[in-house]
Amino acid sequence: MTLIYLIVILLAGGLLSLLAERRSPHAPRWVALITTCASLVVGLLFWIQHYPQIIQSPADHWLERFQVSWIPSFGISFHLAIDGLSLILLTLTSFMGILAVGCSWNEIQEKTGFYYFNLLWVLAGVAGVFMAMDLFMFYFFWEVMLIPMYFLISLWGSEKREYAAIKFFIFTQASGLLMFLAILGLYYIHGQNTGVYSFDYFDLLGSTLPPSLAFWLMLGFAIAFSVKLPLFPFHSWLPDAHGEAPTAGSLLLAGLLLKTGAYGLLRFVIPLFPDQAQAMAEPAMVLGVIGILYGAFLAFAQTDLKRLVAYTSVSHMGFVVLGIFAFNELALQGVVMQLVTHAISTGALFILAGMLKERLHTRNIDQMGGLWSRMPQLGTLGLVFALASLGLPGFGNFIAEFLILMGAFEESRWLTVVAALGLIFSALYSLRIVQKIFLGPQERYGELPDFTVRERWMMAALALSILWLGIYPQPIINTAKPAIVQLVKLMDIKPDTTSQHHYGP
Amino acid sequence: MQTMLWIIPALPLLGFLLLISYGSRLSRRQTAAIGVGSVLLSACAGLYAGGQLLLHPSLVYEVTLWTWIDIGDFHPAIALRMDALAAVFVFVITLIGALIHLYSAEFMEKDPDYSRFFACMNLFVFAMLVLVLADNLLLLYLGWEGVGLCSYLLIGFWYENPANGHAARKAFTMTRIGDTALAIGLFCIYYACKSLNIVDISTAAPLIFQQNPQEATLIAFLLLGGALGKSAQLPLQTWLPDAMAGPSPVSALIHAATMVTAGVYLIARMYVFFELAPAVQGLIAVIGAITLLVAGLSALTQYDIKRVLAYSTISQIGYMFLALGVGAWTAAIFHFMVHAFFKALLFLGAGAIIESVNHEHSMFRMGGLRKKLPIIFWTFMVGTASLAAIPLVTAGFYSKDQILWYAWGARHGQAWLWSMAWVGAFITAAYSARMVLLVFWGPLKTEVTSRPRWSITFPLIALAVCSTWIGFVDLPHNFGHFTPFSDFLHHTLPLTELRADPTTEWMFQILATVATVGGLLLAYSYYYIHNKRLRHLANQPLFRRLHRLWLAGWGFDKLYQTFISRPFLWVTKANKADGVDQLYSAMANITTSLNQRMAALQSGSLRWYIMGMVLGAIILFGLQLLL
Repeated sequence: MTLIYLIVILLAGGLLSLLAERRSPHAPRWVALITTCASLVVGLLFWIQHYPQIIQSPADHWLERFQVSWIPSFGISFHLAIDGLSLILLTLTSFMGILAVGCSWNEIQEKTGFYYFNLLWVLAGVAGVFMAMDLFMFYFFWEVMLIPMYFLISLWGSEKREYAAIKFFIFTQASGLLMFLAILGLYYIHGQNTGVYSFDYFDLLGSTLPPSLAFWLMLGFAIAFSVKLPLFPFHSWLPDAHGEAPTAGSLLLAGLLLKTGAYGLLRFVIPLFPDQAQAMAEPAMVLGVIGILYGAFLAFAQTDLKRLVAYTSVSHMGFVVLGIFAFNELALQGVVMQLVTHAISTGALFILAGMLKERLHTRNIDQMGGLWSRMPQLGTLGLVFALASLGLPGFGNFIAEFLILMGAFEESRWLTVVAALGLIFSALYSLRIVQKIFLGPQERYGELPDFTVRERWMMAALALSILWLGIYPQPIINTAKPAIVQLVKLMDIKPDTTSQHHYGP
Repeated sequence: MQTMLWIIPALPLLGFLLLISYGSRLSRRQTAAIGVGSVLLSACAGLYAGGQLLLHPSLVYEVTLWTWIDIGDFHPAIALRMDALAAVFVFVITLIGALIHLYSAEFMEKDPDYSRFFACMNLFVFAMLVLVLADNLLLLYLGWEGVGLCSYLLIGFWYENPANGHAARKAFTMTRIGDTALAIGLFCIYYACKSLNIVDISTAAPLIFQQNPQEATLIAFLLLGGALGKSAQLPLQTWLPDAMAGPSPVSALIHAATMVTAGVYLIARMYVFFELAPAVQGLIAVIGAITLLVAGLSALTQYDIKRVLAYSTISQIGYMFLALGVGAWTAAIFHFMVHAFFKALLFLGAGAIIESVNHEHSMFRMGGLRKKLPIIFWTFMVGTASLAAIPLVTAGFYSKDQILWYAWGARHGQAWLWSMAWVGAFITAAYSARMVLLVFWGPLKTEVTSRPRWSITFPLIALAVCSTWIGFVDLPHNFGHFTPFSDFLHHTLPLTELRADPTTEWMFQILATVATVGGLLLAYSYYYIHNKRLRHLANQPLFRRLHRLWLAGWGFDKLYQTFISRPFLWVTKANKADGVDQLYSAMANITTSLNQRMAALQSGSLRWYIMGMVLGAIILFGLQLLL
């Protein structure tokens, strides 16, 4: 039953904050804070309770399932299930949720009820995506997270918000439709083959598909997830959406919505179409590597801080794709780590961008500089997250990128070497951020307030988590292990077509 | 006692954490006490542990703190290990580090960011200790990058000047190029040996790579790439002269105790791979020999006293690389230790001089300081003598002479390697003498505005004493076979095999002496007796051109700017608006314009609609008739 709570809490909290606005414009934020905290507590309790079971790495990696019939005539049921991978991402969802409420605290002053309604419903949609085991429901939650996000950008964003919101909507919706077609295709083919018409993930898993058709179905899923991720060349909605969204919107986009793309690849594309995924591996890895470098190059040139951070996301997500399609345990563990650490480090950079905007009323880094002397705490944290973002050992991002590169190295040496160049370019853009904002002479601004208590707590939580992940990442690794071992096993049975370089003693 | 090894790196880390969290609330005295005290205590612990190793040669300190990552076969731990090689490095890092910290307590007294300075310095010492104590390569990599970070923070310490920020980023980025090579090397090692534990892979490597020597060559090459970046050797040396932007104690720490010696440590630590890859080992010797000449000639032309020392560091590390390349492992480590002492001394001395003459860096505007700053003068002379390798009385002689001898006499030694090293020794003596003559002799050009107090002079004196006596721990073989230092290191590093007849060693000692004395005399004649001759020389076009080339560090910076930085900047700037996005925008624009045209057709006028229908009908009929 815990699973349903995780969603219901958020949905109910959203409705409650709509109502609470009548009482006072400040009431919704308290409702939202309590709701997100509650969902984090539920998630953590569930984790602690199941951790002993996870440690034993059982053959069946599912920890809990919940299923009730919904529209039986179409084979649609309300089916939730959770394994280590979804558990990590769910906990991340609640954590990011709290931070999103935290950074909206003073930024949002208008239509607060509707704002927090949207925010909590995005979270509910994301939570649903991470748990849904019925493809129809999965698509439903996919839309639930999209539409409130559209409102968050278009109503509370900055100058070019409508353009950005529509762009975001068209990219995600168009690719979502492809996925919906693929889901329907899968449904009918499976039904024709077996006589059982079902949207259930577990029914569809072992389905035998004609290879030519299976490729197109796989592509439907893969494109939807790649747009969300975003994989080069589908990334161009991201800088606009990030740039124009309110701080919490950017945080949720970077921290959670991008992760649903990676989750989809891991949960649906690989298990449903292992052969096709194998065949796709090489081009996908190449696109991932292009993304790493392309994102880094663009990040280096940007002057709008939020667009800059958005392009670093493109670069970091390139690592995710590279790791996913390497199909080995090291790389996949690296991918899970990257999902978590990217959410934290990039989220933190967006929050910092929001704080700077609040104080300086600009996102243009050419108009900043020398802010360290004015705000040493903000400067220190900015430096910390820039360093995390360039993959300095000691921070979680290093573990993630190192594991991904090491795993990918086994599959393709040359691609990995090219991807490793990303380490140099990430140093270039990260240190450029620090230089442009915090270092250099300062004449433009007078006194600027450093962290408030609320801001200090938020940044401390983020900084401590990224350090913890860098020094003792094992709990995450252990939790993800059963699901990942399963994936690796699945890909191992398949004939090896992509790997060219096998060597060793 | 074994398990207490973690104390050595933990103390500076604790100092860093205290200073970073409570720095703003501490008084200067408290800050200094934490900053200096943590490294000093760490040095005591290090000395104790090292002493135990000396007494019990078979002892190795090992401690596993926790498993860092555990995925399948891959399970690197946060584990420390101290053997003879690590002990030498710990000794140098903590002892010299402590003296530099003590010096900084006064040197940085007036700086508003006092606690930030000590926090970064403590972190630097911590990172370097992790690097040398790591029992696996992943943890070593953590220390390795940590050192890079600290150099970035400290070179750019005075952040308000954009030039300092540029120097800091240059140091970080250039060393990161090497780091990336090292990371790829780590992947290769892991897949070949199924482990990153240093002891395991060193034991397993000879067997594993018997069948596959190309792989060993590749790995050795990648490791060398990492070492070149951190140790500022050709072609990744250009960051070091600019690293002078930081405060003088930082330069002392980077050049003597930490950072640049990391590459030497890495190669010595992974010597098995280089023995398996003789081609790469030869390359190390060649790079070392070329670097020592290139940097030495640059040092000969600099105006800024700190830049002379910077180029001299590159050159001296070149000597260490040369030694590593010819298989004289212990000689390289010996020179590292000796160099650490006298280079720390020289940088601290230079810092004190610059401070005393009102922040003047140019040696040509100093002069005549011999009488004004006697303690600095005498200690600086000791350091310079060691750098120039004055025979018998200085430590530098014993360590450099060993390298010169092995460059000829070791198994991989070559006559031409030796001659390059010999010319290098000549140049070293020349620029050393030029430096002290310009600074201390001649007329007084800048007034002395302040004089150093004890916490500055004490480290100078301590280092001066060490720079002399440390040489006597490893005497040449024909001086009565007193070699406790290399005996100690041979627990970890292999013996140096000879190809030449050891009885000829005395000839090389005499030749080395000739080089030193020749260099000293040359500088003496040009910079002291015949100032006019120098001016005459400077007016010749060939020399003027050479001077300009050497002063600019052989134009490497310009080369990299033209072929790497500028194209990169151009590409990123050209694509700032994201070409891919413009494709999507074009798609949207085409749709919009089509929409507008189609919308214009829908004018609401009935005539147009009828016209359209008739035209359509005619076309359809026409088509039917034609086909």
